[in-house]
Amino acid sequence: MIEAKNLTKQFGSQVVFQNLNFKIQTGEFLSLIGPNGSGKTTLVKIMMGLEKKSHGELIIEPAQTIGYVPQFRNIDLDYPLSVEEFVRLNLKFTLSPTKRQDDNELIKEILEKTGLTKIKDRPLGLSSGGEKQKAYLAQALLNNPKILILDESTASLDVEVKMQLMDLVQELNQKYKLTVIFITHDYELTKKYTKRALFFKDKTLIEVPVKDVSEDMFEMGG
Amino acid sequence: MFGYEFMRQAFVASTFIAITAGLVGVFVVSRNMSFLSHTLSEIGFAGASFGILVGISPLAGMILFTLISSIAVGSLSSESSRREASISAISSLFIGLGILFLSLSSESSSYATNILFGSIVGISGHEVKQLLILALFVIFIFIIFYKPLSFDSFDHLGAQAAGLKTRFLSIAFLVTLALSVSIGAQIVGSLLVFVLLTLPGATAKYLVHTVPKMIMVSVGLSLAGVWLGLYLAFITNWPVTFFISTFEVIAYFCGLTYKNWKLNH
Ligand SMILES: Nc1ncnc2c1ncn2[C@@H]1O[C@H](COP(=O)(O)OP(=O)(O)OP(=O)(O)O)[C@@H](O)[C@H]1O
Ligand SMILES: [Mg+2]
Repeated sequence: MIEAKNLTKQFGSQVVFQNLNFKIQTGEFLSLIGPNGSGKTTLVKIMMGLEKKSHGELIIEPAQTIGYVPQFRNIDLDYPLSVEEFVRLNLKFTLSPTKRQDDNELIKEILEKTGLTKIKDRPLGLSSGGEKQKAYLAQALLNNPKILILDESTASLDVEVKMQLMDLVQELNQKYKLTVIFITHDYELTKKYTKRALFFKDKTLIEVPVKDVSEDMFEMGG
Repeated sequence: MFGYEFMRQAFVASTFIAITAGLVGVFVVSRNMSFLSHTLSEIGFAGASFGILVGISPLAGMILFTLISSIAVGSLSSESSRREASISAISSLFIGLGILFLSLSSESSSYATNILFGSIVGISGHEVKQLLILALFVIFIFIIFYKPLSFDSFDHLGAQAAGLKTRFLSIAFLVTLALSVSIGAQIVGSLLVFVLLTLPGATAKYLVHTVPKMIMVSVGLSLAGVWLGLYLAFITNWPVTFFISTFEVIAYFCGLTYKNWKLNH
């Protein structure tokens, strides 16, 4: 469970958001929405411990591994590593041969799960946008997280590939009770896949049941 | 050619130089630091002449200068664009300083050409030992930090997201880079040491697609260039650096051609 109590974040004198209060239960699939610059990425960075909160509390209980697929990545056409090797980057170092064997099994399983087995030896730089997103997802899933945060992972994908990726995430959510926090500007996907939305409005966060999510929530400022 | 003591020493020294440069080079390329390694060699030149001027060894002077500047760079900024700008600003200053130090010191100018252009003669047994220790230290650091350093070098934003201490890794890497520049310059010369620190790594990137394989190819190319260079320099009496850079450049373009060919097939 993730719980925020009066959580506030400022950069210098600029208040990004203030007095956030929310709870996220284990196994939820929720979207985090709001206009550009409203603080979505900043909030998840605070959850990850990559950014400091200014005031208030953020409790994650029990302490859990979080897989985080960040909003931006530097993978150009020349990027040399194969899909498999890219996913492998997130493995912990080990000298033990049995542990290494387990790691290889794990990689195989994750590649299979994310549908990347066929292209695992191809350079990631030559992969399509959807394949790249799957590889980012696979890498984030490597250490068996209980919470998955996707920061606009579907942003540059066409409708069909978007749905494929989201189906995959939904399956993980249902099969393994993976908590999913999905940051998005996509109305359709929010409606189709998530049960609940946390909506940034006027520097605070409102909880909205998915049936009340409306299209204009995605229009303002964005 | 191994009948000569100085050739045996040059061979051992350049073997270790090639291994470290090939290893470090893979990460120089993936971290987009080719330009920085170029500048560090210029700073190293100033350091070496400073060493001569104040009477410490050129190697010690080089290590001093390159270490200080690489740590300064590491703490300056992790944004590579800003880093490059500030680096190029100080690089010319250091070449100027190097020339000044040399003209102030009483050493003959052959010393200067050795530092700048490299040389296979004149490396003593004692210096070989120093190089060896430094090279082993660099390799040791890489073994310890292999995993997180690979992650950070090949996917910086992913490594940050996974909570790695990327600032620390960056500084650790810059220290090994500074040391590699300093040891490499002893044979290849500070003018062209970045050839060994960038080209084999860049070529490897075109040929293979995993980190361990890239390291193997890069070290292999670096060794091949250095050994071939030594041999040819020995029989022709031409500068070793000429042969090394020619070999690495040819290998690079072959790699590039292979990659493009593969893309179209
Ligand atoms: N390191 C930083 N220093 C100063 N200000 C920052 C920093 N990071 C973010 N901000 C500011 O905080 C605000 C929130 O940014 P954030 O990236 O969290 O927005 P977002 O909701 O993720 O937007 P988008 O939909 O465009 O991704 C912005 O005004 C941004 O300029
Ligand atoms: Mg964002």
